[in-house]
Amino acid sequence: MSVLVYTEINKGRVKKASLECINYGAKIAELTGTSVTAFVNHANQEQLEEIGLAGASKIISVKNDALKSDSMLLSAAMEQVAKLEKSKIIIFAFDVNGKAIAPRLSAKLKAGLVSGAVDYPVINGDSFEVNKIVFSGKATATYQINSDIKIIALLPNSFPLSSGQNNSTIVDLDIDLSNVNSKIIIKEIKSDNVVGMIPLPEAELVVSAGRGLKGPENWGIVEDLASSLGATTACSRPVADLHWRPHHEHVGQTGVAIRPNLYIAIGISGAIQHLAGVNGSKTIVVINNDKDAPFFKSADYGVIGDAFSILPKLTSAIKKFKQNQN
Amino acid sequence: MKILVAISNVPDTTAKIQFTEGNTQFNTAGVTFIINPYDEWYALVRALELKEANLAEQVTLIHVGLIDSEATIRKGLALGADDAVRIDSAGPDAFSVAEQIANYAKSNTYDLILVGKETINFNGSSVGGLIAGVLDLPFVSLATKLDINSNKATIEHVIDGGSQIVECELPLVISCAKGMAEQRIPNMRGIMAARTKPLTVISATNQTNLTSITSYVLNPGRTTCKMMNEDNLDELVKLLHTEAKVI
Repeated sequence: MSVLVYTEINKGRVKKASLECINYGAKIAELTGTSVTAFVNHANQEQLEEIGLAGASKIISVKNDALKSDSMLLSAAMEQVAKLEKSKIIIFAFDVNGKAIAPRLSAKLKAGLVSGAVDYPVINGDSFEVNKIVFSGKATATYQINSDIKIIALLPNSFPLSSGQNNSTIVDLDIDLSNVNSKIIIKEIKSDNVVGMIPLPEAELVVSAGRGLKGPENWGIVEDLASSLGATTACSRPVADLHWRPHHEHVGQTGVAIRPNLYIAIGISGAIQHLAGVNGSKTIVVINNDKDAPFFKSADYGVIGDAFSILPKLTSAIKKFKQNQN
Repeated sequence: MKILVAISNVPDTTAKIQFTEGNTQFNTAGVTFIINPYDEWYALVRALELKEANLAEQVTLIHVGLIDSEATIRKGLALGADDAVRIDSAGPDAFSVAEQIANYAKSNTYDLILVGKETINFNGSSVGGLIAGVLDLPFVSLATKLDINSNKATIEHVIDGGSQIVECELPLVISCAKGMAEQRIPNMRGIMAARTKPLTVISATNQTNLTSITSYVLNPGRTTCKMMNEDNLDELVKLLHTEAKVI
């Protein structure tokens, strides 16, 4: 009857979004008087420890090379584990892989799926309700899940990460994938090659710039500001389309949707499509030389003026603040 | 090769979002509806390009919705789809929509089923994966490039921290993202031709409601933007620390 959480390792770390799901699953287990089981493939001792600290009471540890990134295989693996664990609640992160695996599992188990949940479920007898963001961030809908088994895909950065004591037991499991007719052949993997920077969907601090920067050669001051904060850099759609910055940095409706704690937008006017990808940010700072830029209406703090003079000043103010903190 | 493109009927990106009937229904009064942009710009246009390159014989639109969405379906036909199917159901949730589409696809063999990466009203990113799950077909999500070579699709798609190129034999389901194709505007000839293209209405089969929406609430917008002076950015940093508590 455990709450089952799909957990992933990426670039040598347990994904932050997965750890959030374990925290989230632990809270639901507490609400429902059950326990939380994490499923993970190819985790080492240190990673298993991290999963335990996030609140998993049991870790189903699989070492299966056939379990590659094909939602058909991953969904089949989760289906087997869910049956074994008799799980009634299954949690995924609402990220690249969760978006592919959770719907497939939902169809297989005839389990109602709420994708992009932002709150803990409210459970009242047979009623099971979860809130999710709709209309590209403009509204929240309360979903009732009617099926016996329930799947929730949790929007990353919905809750701060917490870590406690590791009381987990590790169970090694063999997954049988012989009946799965996977037809996807991976030919080439292209990495974004961002060394040492937190990936955008996981970033808590993001510094983003738009056409107001006038050209790719001017990004030095944006990167300086980002590195003073330990933030990840992003950009608006025109900037990615003009190839001033790589496409994976593009945030907005057609690019990546993010919800960091702090989003600093520089020289971005704030078109509705851009806002749709960033309006979930907790705090928004807008820097623009046009006092009528629509983005100011969706910001918490604004600075009107020339980015080329403001950015170096802001970077040194942050450095000074960091020094005083130490 | 036959391509099935699933399209959703959604409020225009700039539409005012309001709710009615005790916040249980979206208020459609005065709202313009469009083809979900990801379904149109990426899935449908790429399907049309494949047909123009003689790699596909037929592009069929499928939509689960009521009669009021037919204007949106006609727009898809004006862009160049050959025919359309409307399954007459309000489509209460993503699973029921996917199940209807899958049931239709099962009895009418398609080599490729394309959907957009998500709808702009429910943002669930789930219909493609659900269709693939019901039909037990391979699924590639967030595709940015798609090519067809005899019985095989070559797809580039987004993965964590980058992208990957995969090959898969047909049939399969693909969700389409930016990069697949560019937006098109229907021309007069297309609009005229769309009026007489076949739009078949079929009734919904057994409906499964795994989820239902009980209420909506508008998210509070940001009320005030505190304007800071560029010569006093220490104050901004202080507020980010003490007031916003984000650094």
